[in-house]
Amino acid sequence: MEDYLNTKGRIFDMQRYSIHDGNGIRTIVFLKGCVLRCRWCCNPESQEYAIQTMLVQGEPKIIGRDVTVQEVMEKVERDRPYYRRTGGGMTLSGGESLCQPDFAEALLRAAKERGINTAMESMGCAKWEVIERILPWLDQYLLDIKHMNPAKHKEYTGRSNELMLENARKIAASGKTELSIRIPVIPGFNDTPEEIRAIAAYTRELQNVRRLHLLPYHRLGQDKYAGLGREYLMGDVEPPTNTRMQELLDVAVQTSKVECQIGG
Amino acid sequence: MGLYTYDSTDIPKTDRIPKLVEHLYAKMPEIESARAVLITESYRQTENEPMILRRAKAFRHILENIPIIIRDLELIVGSTTIAPRGCQTYPEFSYEWLEAEFDTVETRSADPFYISEQTKRELKEANAYWKGRTTSELATSYMEPETLIAMEHNMFTPGNYFYNGVGHVTVKYEEVLAIGFSGIREKAEAELASISLADGDYQKKSRFLQAVMISCDAAVMYARRYAKLALQEAEKCTDEVRKLELLQIAQNCANVPEKGATGFYEACQSFWFVQQLLQIESSGHSISPGRFDQYMYPYYKKDLDSGKITRAFAQELMDCIWVKLNDLNKCRDAASAEGFAGYSLFQNLIAGGQNAEGIDVTNDLSFMSIRASMHVFLPQPSFSIRVWNGSPHEFLIKAAELTRTGIGLPAYYNDEVIIPSLMSRGVSLQDAREYNIIGCVEPQKAGKTEGWHDAAFFNMCRPLELVFTNGMDKGVQVGPQTGNVENMQTFDEFYHAYEVQMEYAIKLLVNADNAIDVAHAERCPLPFLSSMVDDCMKRGKTVQEGGAIYNFTGPQGFGVANMADSLYAVRKLVYEEKKLTMKELKAALLTNYGEGLDREDIAAITANVAKAMRDAGQPVGESEIGAILKTVVTASEAPEIKENGVRIRKLIEEVPKFGNDIPEVDAFAREVAYTYTRPLQNYKNPRGGSFQAGLYPVSANVPLGAQTGATPDGRLAHTPVADGVSPSAGKDVDGPTAAANSVSRLDHYIASNGTLFNQKFHPSALSGKTGLENFVGLIRSYFDQKGSHMQFNVVSRETLLDAQKHPDQYKHLVVRVAGYSALFTTLSRSLQDDIIRRTEQGF
Repeated sequence: MEDYLNTKGRIFDMQRYSIHDGNGIRTIVFLKGCVLRCRWCCNPESQEYAIQTMLVQGEPKIIGRDVTVQEVMEKVERDRPYYRRTGGGMTLSGGESLCQPDFAEALLRAAKERGINTAMESMGCAKWEVIERILPWLDQYLLDIKHMNPAKHKEYTGRSNELMLENARKIAASGKTELSIRIPVIPGFNDTPEEIRAIAAYTRELQNVRRLHLLPYHRLGQDKYAGLGREYLMGDVEPPTNTRMQELLDVAVQTSKVECQIGG
Repeated sequence: MGLYTYDSTDIPKTDRIPKLVEHLYAKMPEIESARAVLITESYRQTENEPMILRRAKAFRHILENIPIIIRDLELIVGSTTIAPRGCQTYPEFSYEWLEAEFDTVETRSADPFYISEQTKRELKEANAYWKGRTTSELATSYMEPETLIAMEHNMFTPGNYFYNGVGHVTVKYEEVLAIGFSGIREKAEAELASISLADGDYQKKSRFLQAVMISCDAAVMYARRYAKLALQEAEKCTDEVRKLELLQIAQNCANVPEKGATGFYEACQSFWFVQQLLQIESSGHSISPGRFDQYMYPYYKKDLDSGKITRAFAQELMDCIWVKLNDLNKCRDAASAEGFAGYSLFQNLIAGGQNAEGIDVTNDLSFMSIRASMHVFLPQPSFSIRVWNGSPHEFLIKAAELTRTGIGLPAYYNDEVIIPSLMSRGVSLQDAREYNIIGCVEPQKAGKTEGWHDAAFFNMCRPLELVFTNGMDKGVQVGPQTGNVENMQTFDEFYHAYEVQMEYAIKLLVNADNAIDVAHAERCPLPFLSSMVDDCMKRGKTVQEGGAIYNFTGPQGFGVANMADSLYAVRKLVYEEKKLTMKELKAALLTNYGEGLDREDIAAITANVAKAMRDAGQPVGESEIGAILKTVVTASEAPEIKENGVRIRKLIEEVPKFGNDIPEVDAFAREVAYTYTRPLQNYKNPRGGSFQAGLYPVSANVPLGAQTGATPDGRLAHTPVADGVSPSAGKDVDGPTAAANSVSRLDHYIASNGTLFNQKFHPSALSGKTGLENFVGLIRSYFDQKGSHMQFNVVSRETLLDAQKHPDQYKHLVVRVAGYSALFTTLSRSLQDDIIRRTEQGF
């Protein structure tokens, strides 16, 4: 076996039959560990690199396990017939996959070597050298841009956005991967037409973006905070209404000039 | 003619269609007595004549006298009852159950029917004649004592044909459309003229051919009654538009089905009379229209090209037929009604697929069939789609749009499995390519087959229960003595005991089916049906007597997933990891894992113990029985039993289960399925054909699960068993692709009577264009891996829960039950719960 297949990394889940995270039917590999601490995060168990215990329906569950690329690929391979019929494949998600650069690179490479389409959901929050390494193995980059205002970005996610925006520009310019921009639409954070327009305008400047997604905030992760003994800071914030989403979509379409959609 | 071209443009529905539907569902369906009274009158007049002539004359007598009606706004006419969705009764097959249920049939939970006091009286009077004369009674007399015992102990149930007509057939609709019943009559005449009165088979054959002629004439006469009624109504009608419609109906019914259809409208009317009259002749269900889009196409194309009809009118006519298919109904006994819940007649109509030469023949009507199901939005017809590598993508996307509506239609069938599977049973390549589906999932070649599909429900869990009791059930030796399970030293020994129990039960099942088969041939040969199946005329025999070219008997096994998980758990826990002794497992099963026993369970255990004591020479009197009873009750309620039960179930819970894409477990399931499919295929039926297995439960997995004790997969006593070849409810935890991969690892070819794989989706999985694309991709991928059939429930859990709370608001909520669609609110509570419990996929 080639060495890179023995690369180890830490994941907290694998989810088959995912149809909203890249083209076709996909298997998502969730890597553990994140650079940001977004208040609305629906996978709070993804944030710490450390292996944790979370209460799930009252039962303690170990979150996180160390696996080799080969082990992951054995499971990814299972749904090859579905990838073939739908143009699907493997998607890396997190956490932020770039926190485990060697593992992420090896996973993407292993998939590509076997002819399996690759995608990655990521904030692009890493040194450019790290991103540059993985681009040759990546068919689709689903890049999050949450806000254009550095201060507000920092307040809600724990980090400022300059590095990520700069990386977005470089990824687009590289032409090595199909780039889509994803905006989590969070009430009270970025759900005004002005804020969405700013991201859409940046998307337009990038010039090489395939699609822009508006992902409405949801509360499905709420229980996990309690399970981890953490407080859910979003409180009673309601998901955006359909009318609101439609309004923001119109703004996005007008400004970005790329194909826009609600949802993944 | 363009085999490859089609017009897929959608046509809107007309105002007529919702009105027809509303009228049909205005009232609770009703039982009527006309047919029972008429057939009895006729039988009284034909005592001692050859049975085949008695049947034909009775058919004629019924059609001459049964009340007829043209419902408001109908374009296609022909109703079996005056009440919409009413039903007639068929005392020649059985009648006792109905009399016993006279006072409960209106209030029972599954498929209730209204019945008037007058109807009860009339039926009682007619039924009195049938004592000792039914197929059911004759079949019983043909069964061996051990067979009757096995049935009494719920090893299997052949209830379908034991109490009713067979149905489960697709006739040569295309021949009636082409030459009419006058043409078929001429064929019978010519055949009769060609044989010699000194031929060895002359007596049988000549009477059969005469019976065919009587039946053909009867059908023509019946249509003329409608022609006359339409004229009368036209004369009275003040609405000019409707008047013209009625005059057209009169003209149609004067021409067809006597003559060949001259156009699409006549072809539709002719089709309908065949469909309706087959069900008047016998009470069989699953009389399946089959490849409607193929045999109707020439009439459609000709009329369209000549400008005689528009596509819009053709669509409206098809919509009318779709509504009419819901007008036919059947009252089953309470137990069967649970098993076939939803007033379903399983009239399977299939679109798309290949012709005999292997060319895809999807056409306009294939698309319009999908559209008709969307327009009418009712459970019938059981609508199916044929899928193969050459199926147009657009066709599957359109079918997926229908799936997305949540109506539970269509079911998808894989040509790439079904064609070779039929060929392995002796069907020619050309015939196999033209297959259609009967009833739920059963493939066959139309107009040439008496498939006896759906011949029994065989519960694969029961033989395993007998392994644990050394063949004993409720104090009776039901199965062979395979030895004390606690003494079985190896897993192979244990598995062998299961095989022995299976083989024995299968043999008795064959005995039961063949007894019923013979009874139908003797007492209810069907000349009208047989006039439309090859090669009855040449052979001079009805289909019941072996007149069809292809003859099968297809009883369906169910509980594959439960047995796979059970046997695998036994192997792992008892024999390999030794975490559990057989003694502990046996005790846990007997006490329902400490979750409580009902009175019947306690009585059954007591009877087993008493029998064992008697066999050991100990006296067993009333006081001993009382003592045993007390011990059983105390033991089953003991806290340590409960604790043990919980512990053991937890151990079992941790053993890998079928449905999670684990090759080792799936390979094991494949072997377990063979314990049913392999022995069965060695048996022959009285019509000269062979047995072939199906693996699907209709909805019997719920009521028959209720007759099944706890199983080693952790399933509690009396809860539903797994549905079809699907994984056990809630045990597939790795999503739909993993479940599909597991199921595809079963051998779908050997189960040539059909397999059934149910998946439930939330509508979000099919949203948007990409949702449809991915959904079609999922079906294609399962079929790439050689799965045979797939069907879907697309409805949210919340919707179903709300429908349970407010049934009034969900009168039209259709769900896919198992092989067919049914109105959710008409299902029994337990079946509703089962549907809700199934893993909800697609989040």
